[in-house]
Amino acid sequence: MRAPRLDVDALLDDPTTGIIVCCGSGGVGKTTTSAALALRAAERGRKVVVLTIDPARRLAQSMGIERLDNTPRPVSGVQGPGSLDAMMLDMKRTFDEVVESQASPEKAKQILENPFYIALSSSFAGTQEYMAMEKLGQVHRQARAEGTHDLIVVDTPPSRSALDFLDAPERLSSFLDGRFIRLLLAPARGPARLMTAGLSVVTGALTKVLGAQVLRDMQTFVAAFDTLFGGFRQRADTTFALLQADGTAFLVVAAPEPDALREADYFVDRLTDDGMPLAGLVVNRATPKPFADLSAEEAIAVADRLRERDPASLTAGMLRLHADRVRMVEREARLRERFAVAHPRVPTAVVPAMATDVHDLTGLREIGRLLAADLVDP
Amino acid sequence: MSDWPRVQLHVVTGKGGTGKSTVAAALALALAGSGRSVLLCEVEGRQGIARMFDVDPLPYAERRLARGLPDAGGRAGQVHALHIDPESALLEYLAMYYKLGRAGKALDRFGVIDFATTIAPGVRDVLLTGKVFEAAQRNARNKDANTYDAIVLDAPPTGRIAQFLGVNSELAGLARVGPIKAQADKVMALLRSPRTAVHLVTVLEEMPVQETADGIAELRAAGLPVGGVVVNLVRPRDLGPGALEEVRTGDVDRTAIAEELTRATAGVTRELVDSLVAEARDHAVRRALEDAQHAVVAGLGVPTYDLPRLAGGIDRGALLELAAIMREQGLA
Ligand SMILES: Nc1ncnc2c1ncn2[C@@H]1O[C@H](COP(=O)(O)OP(=O)(O)OP(=O)(O)O)[C@@H](O)[C@H]1O
Ligand SMILES: Nc1ncnc2c1ncn2[C@@H]1O[C@H](COP(=O)(O)OP(=O)(O)OP(=O)(O)O)[C@@H](O)[C@H]1O
Ligand SMILES: [Mg+2]
Ligand SMILES: [Mg+2]
Repeated sequence: MRAPRLDVDALLDDPTTGIIVCCGSGGVGKTTTSAALALRAAERGRKVVVLTIDPARRLAQSMGIERLDNTPRPVSGVQGPGSLDAMMLDMKRTFDEVVESQASPEKAKQILENPFYIALSSSFAGTQEYMAMEKLGQVHRQARAEGTHDLIVVDTPPSRSALDFLDAPERLSSFLDGRFIRLLLAPARGPARLMTAGLSVVTGALTKVLGAQVLRDMQTFVAAFDTLFGGFRQRADTTFALLQADGTAFLVVAAPEPDALREADYFVDRLTDDGMPLAGLVVNRATPKPFADLSAEEAIAVADRLRERDPASLTAGMLRLHADRVRMVEREARLRERFAVAHPRVPTAVVPAMATDVHDLTGLREIGRLLAADLVDP
Repeated sequence: MSDWPRVQLHVVTGKGGTGKSTVAAALALALAGSGRSVLLCEVEGRQGIARMFDVDPLPYAERRLARGLPDAGGRAGQVHALHIDPESALLEYLAMYYKLGRAGKALDRFGVIDFATTIAPGVRDVLLTGKVFEAAQRNARNKDANTYDAIVLDAPPTGRIAQFLGVNSELAGLARVGPIKAQADKVMALLRSPRTAVHLVTVLEEMPVQETADGIAELRAAGLPVGGVVVNLVRPRDLGPGALEEVRTGDVDRTAIAEELTRATAGVTRELVDSLVAEARDHAVRRALEDAQHAVVAGLGVPTYDLPRLAGGIDRGALLELAAIMREQGLA
């Protein structure tokens, strides 16, 4: 079973492709792939902006985005007719800006200083994903209004699961209008009869465990935040709709590893269920296939023979390396095949592992080239 | 002989995907020799342990998982596993310390458990580490509970580890006085003691190594005991330094290689020689980067342990193989 080839250039050149989202589990190469695709698209003539999340320091430097200022900046060194802007997402600042845009100045100040807000905006699981979407929404609106960009490439946060990206807005908004929050608000909103027996048991227990101060902080936060809930939910819904729209393409990035491919598998199913447009799978950092056709067993056998004669034989060392590589290639091919059996129609691009890290435009250009090359069976 | 004889709680952290779960599992097997009993804990809700050992998803209860790595005399111990989720830990905590039977249920019904375990920072963490603490504090008097010679915690990644373990400072802002604070203080006393070691897993790449260096500094600043650095996924070491240099600079004698090969096998082609040289060259370039990162790791001033990248992937046998290497090198 072999997967159909992902035609990256066709995707990048298609003027109706407006958003490309690179998802995948941690460390698989989402940031590298996003930047490489953005550069390639720009060099093929598109007006591109790429939203990156925590790029490696040297990569950020080479793209001129080491400052976290939440504003797209032009990348210099792009060769070709298009343009490339890049930015690094500042999660906390994006969250603060949403609050500031939704609340009066005093109220915003009160919220921004509340310890629960600080906790929520800096460590709530999913905040980073939610903010990536929020920023995508903002950049998209601006690109529409001002014609600054015709393609947005989005990197996603280093979450353990690609699904987190899709689940985050829902998690945050259902949390924000969760039962307990509404309960905390009840006394402030309504007559005392809403203070049910159940609630006093709850607040009693909470006071015992957390202490009264915590409960008061919580209540202040929730009351102040109350008026913003609607706005938050609405924004999340709008961005979510954007992701479902035709101009969006999801690329799932995975390493040729069981865990990463399992995550990719879940993610592909989920995209299908949610009616999200899947463009394909990128298997990144694949072990390059040796061009000589010598099996691992044979290589080891020959190496052993050579070592008997000369324990320090360079050739024996090379043969052992070859055997190791062949085993990796075979294992990765099996893993990819398993994925292809489950998802026979998902177009796939295979990007070999480069011998060096990818930290400048030259490296990104090379990754872009490999992405577009037909290497399904490298 | 283990480098960490006094350590009872081994916390394993590292950048995402570097092999924390693999290392934690192998370490548990390595520690479970000579009849010793080890608990392997997971707190991230991912069921990674179940997957690695190919068993059903783990509940919030201690389960026998596997026999440990036998010692020289063939005597093994037992590894148990525990999957700790914050909701169950909170309910158990409420039941244990507050006898909150009914109220505990009510809390759940009102979505409080959800709320407390998702947002109140540190509450979630203190519940998770609190459960580990509880298992570590058991002694022979707890008749119906297991006691363990060692506990291995597959912990959150480096970026969150100090916050995760430094529960009380995080909590200070919120629960300045509450009883959860008292619990956090007790847990903290264990975490800061010589009975604990936080090991960091890395691979020989720039970002993970940098994160390891930052993690060590952060752990030290938080007064948490830094253990060893486990360098995982180390590429094969089949070429020595001289050979690597030769291959890297393209200074290899292809004719000599072809001759040597011909003496050991039939059908040697030009293509085979070229392929071997090209593969070796890629390897040598990567190794140069790895060696540079290895030097950085060596300069961190903590014991380091090297684990090979196993070409066949990770299964039970591979975990035992890694466990044996850990024992040889003194991590266990
Ligand atoms: N094809 C490749 N060949 C060699 N190195 C690669 C390749 N792709 C990515 N890398 C390197 O792998 C490392 C991780 O890549 P990257 O930061 O893009 O992953 P990520 O998925 O964004 O990670 P995170 O989940 O932590 O955000 C980087 O050092 C990058 O240079
Ligand atoms: N020494 C090794 N040899 C071969 N494969 C390995 C080795 N160590 C880890 N792996 C593989 O690398 C992948 C990541 O390992 P693991 O799940 O242990 O990392 P992790 O740090 O726990 O990841 P996460 O951050 O997602 O929890 C897995 O597929 C695992 O099987
Ligand atoms: Mg990234
Ligand atoms: Mg893990």
